[in-house]
Amino acid sequence: MSVPAISPSPRPVHRPSDSQRAFAERTLGTVRRRRIVNSIMLSLLFIAAVAATLPLLFILFHLMRLGITSLTPAFFTKMPRPVGEAGGGMANAIVGTLILIGAASAIGLPIGVGAGLYLAERRGARLANVVRYLSDVLNGLPSIVMGIFAWQFLVRPVGHFSALAGAVALGAMMIPMLTRTTEEMVRLVPVALREAALALGYAKWRTSLMIVVRTAAPGIVTGALVAMARIAGETAPLLFTVLGNQFWSVSLGEPIAALPLQIFEYAKSPYEEWHALAWAGALVLISLILVIGVAARFATRERFGAHGD
Amino acid sequence: MATNVSLTSGALASGGVRDATTDQQRLASADLCAYFGSSAAIRGITLAVPDRSVTAIIGPSGCGKSTFLRCLNRMHETVPGARVEGRVVLTARDGDAFDIYAKGANPVAVRKHIGMVFQRPTPFPTMSIRDNVAAGLKVSANGATSARRTDEVVERALRRAALWEEVKDRLRTSAVALSGGQQQRLCIARALATEPEVILLDEPTASLDPISTQRIEELLHELEREMTIVVVTHNMQQAARVSSRTAFLLNGELIETAPTRQLFTSPSDSRTEAYITGRFG
Repeated sequence: MSVPAISPSPRPVHRPSDSQRAFAERTLGTVRRRRIVNSIMLSLLFIAAVAATLPLLFILFHLMRLGITSLTPAFFTKMPRPVGEAGGGMANAIVGTLILIGAASAIGLPIGVGAGLYLAERRGARLANVVRYLSDVLNGLPSIVMGIFAWQFLVRPVGHFSALAGAVALGAMMIPMLTRTTEEMVRLVPVALREAALALGYAKWRTSLMIVVRTAAPGIVTGALVAMARIAGETAPLLFTVLGNQFWSVSLGEPIAALPLQIFEYAKSPYEEWHALAWAGALVLISLILVIGVAARFATRERFGAHGD
Repeated sequence: MATNVSLTSGALASGGVRDATTDQQRLASADLCAYFGSSAAIRGITLAVPDRSVTAIIGPSGCGKSTFLRCLNRMHETVPGARVEGRVVLTARDGDAFDIYAKGANPVAVRKHIGMVFQRPTPFPTMSIRDNVAAGLKVSANGATSARRTDEVVERALRRAALWEEVKDRLRTSAVALSGGQQQRLCIARALATEPEVILLDEPTASLDPISTQRIEELLHELEREMTIVVVTHNMQQAARVSSRTAFLLNGELIETAPTRQLFTSPSDSRTEAYITGRFG
């Protein structure tokens, strides 16, 4: 880039007075001080940002180191063995956890997403405000309390522990998370889009369903996956409900094995080989959650063309 | 609902036929008042919009021109707390007149006859270009059409909106990838696809560059030959360029309406003169 030569200014050379000079020096001093403060603050924030990721990196590294040796094909395909017998895996616990996630989602998804849609569509209504508030309280409820309630109403009257009771407890935990994200995702859809559909002669329900919900769908899917990931590792609600199971069971009416429970059992045992299996179990559990998390990220991307006519 | 049905069949059937009386009124408001809660945004506007012409509505910001436009297809009432009083009569080409605010009139059905284009382009982000144009067909009276028929309607609407040549090779791709001007013409095509009798445009070029603006103005000249157009604009040059009649609104009242040339050269009201000579607004 060639810059055209600028003819020298005809104006006289400016000679600053003493007060002007003093002012300029003060300004320069201020600028210098601000630069220094800025770089210090920026470094502190950088350290905080690195520190925020450290726990996860540390846990992943540690789990890899301790768990990877036990992570054989047998771990995924074999049942737990009694103490002293070599080998054995957590096939039942892996399947059990998947069943629990599925059953909890079957309960939590329709209720949570439905409630979220209600809140978004009737945002000013008094009932909506009450529901939103209660949903936030439910979100903060300790998971152990959820487990005790599931035990009180679904285990004690029946007389035995069951996968269903655990799924209800986990599903109830999913509801407020889903309600919140669904409402927020639907509210992110611009009013202009809703109006465009109404102006085309879409009825209100059709506008909500075909335009608003469809536009919000990737966000809702992401919220659902995040909620699934959150409950996948929950242990407390399972203690009083599904109990755990050393045998193969896929029945919702029976106690069922679950990865968090199996890790808990093995980790508190005094046996070295069980400890190794617990580390491997933790590694599998965290991988499962990471996979769901990655799926959530993919769902958030523009998912254009994923619908038929 | 009965009156509604006659409106549908009559108006759609005579869509392409040119009437003997070209300046027959098509849409007319009578004593129209619109409110947001308890505050009045429109205070008793009576305005007739002639057939096959562009009518421009001008006025300073906040004068109620957009609100008035939104009353003409019953969009105003979709805002919580908003309400409308008065009448808006839509006259079909066969002479059937129908008050869109009559008791029992269905706002959803009304909006199928009176299309609307907004200030900002609003393509549906989950749909392809083709599906965007076809979106209104799914709910129109002669709805459930075959895929082939839909393709024909989509092509016709895109041609009328002067967008076909630019998008014909990527009809199945996302509509949000188009430029702003293309998106706005897509919205016009979407409104045209269902063959409405009237089309309302709310500052359709306010968010567009000069070239896109020019294309849309040319488009209005084309469409004027077959339909009734009402366009709200804050740009007086645009009103002068595209419209044959202009209405000047101020504080929710209709100050003056006249043929565009007359309104801009010899306005009869001093407030109109003050506005068009730039003394306020």
